Amino acid sequence: MKPKITINGNKVDWQERMTVRDALKLMNYTFPMLVIKVNGKLIPKSDYDSTHIPVGADVMVIHLISGG
Amino acid sequence: MGSNIALMLARTGIGKLIVADFDTGSVSNLNRQAYDLSQLGMPKVQALEHNIRRVNPFIKLQMHELRLNPDNIASIFADADIMIEALDKAEEKQMLIETWLKSDQVRPLICASGIAGYGRNEDIKSIRDGNLFIIGDMHSEPVEGIAPMAPRVMIVAAMQANLCLEILAKHNKDKA
Repeated sequence: MKPKITINGNKVDWQERMTVRDALKLMNYTFPMLVIKVNGKLIPKSDYDSTHIPVGADVMVIHLISGG
Repeated sequence: MGSNIALMLARTGIGKLIVADFDTGSVSNLNRQAYDLSQLGMPKVQALEHNIRRVNPFIKLQMHELRLNPDNIASIFADADIMIEALDKAEEKQMLIETWLKSDQVRPLICASGIAGYGRNEDIKSIRDGNLFIIGDMHSEPVEGIAPMAPRVMIVAAMQANLCLEILAKHNKDKA
């Protein structure tokens, strides 16, 4: 069986050296402002390209929408 | 948004509120925020303090007229047990979340995301991951014709205040 990660409850194929940016592209998340947590740890926007997602990781992606 | 949350918490008898806002009241706020015509042009923190005191004269208030940034958040809210986010722009929400979670994985941060429009009660949810809580529908953007309007804004504001009370009550019970 292929190694997987979970993104918002969906099982997705994991790839070697997969970054947070790769995962966003894979899931078609194009919204400019997001909250992303990998295994419970917040990934700042500046680190999307440099953060690798470990195999089996639980990834949470939430849209941040203006309005207050 | 923040004005509604603050007033609700004041009505419930919360002991102290620390409020930060850089804005002044404008006509476009009156469709959802807790200000009135006489307060247009007034700093929101000043108007809000007045409105809160008319409801609850005993509450401790610390009002800061400024724009929050990564360098001032920690010191302004050093004494807070819970942080409630009620910023307008998504960029500022993200800045606050990144700043808060970088230094604090214990004190709860209650955010709002996706409040514009009307109806769709069933879309509004409350999610949690660690000490980060987000309430809203996570997708409704304010665009032409779909402004944030009082009912939906106040539903989310009420859910933020409601969650705040729940966390505080549990905190006190655990201490007792």
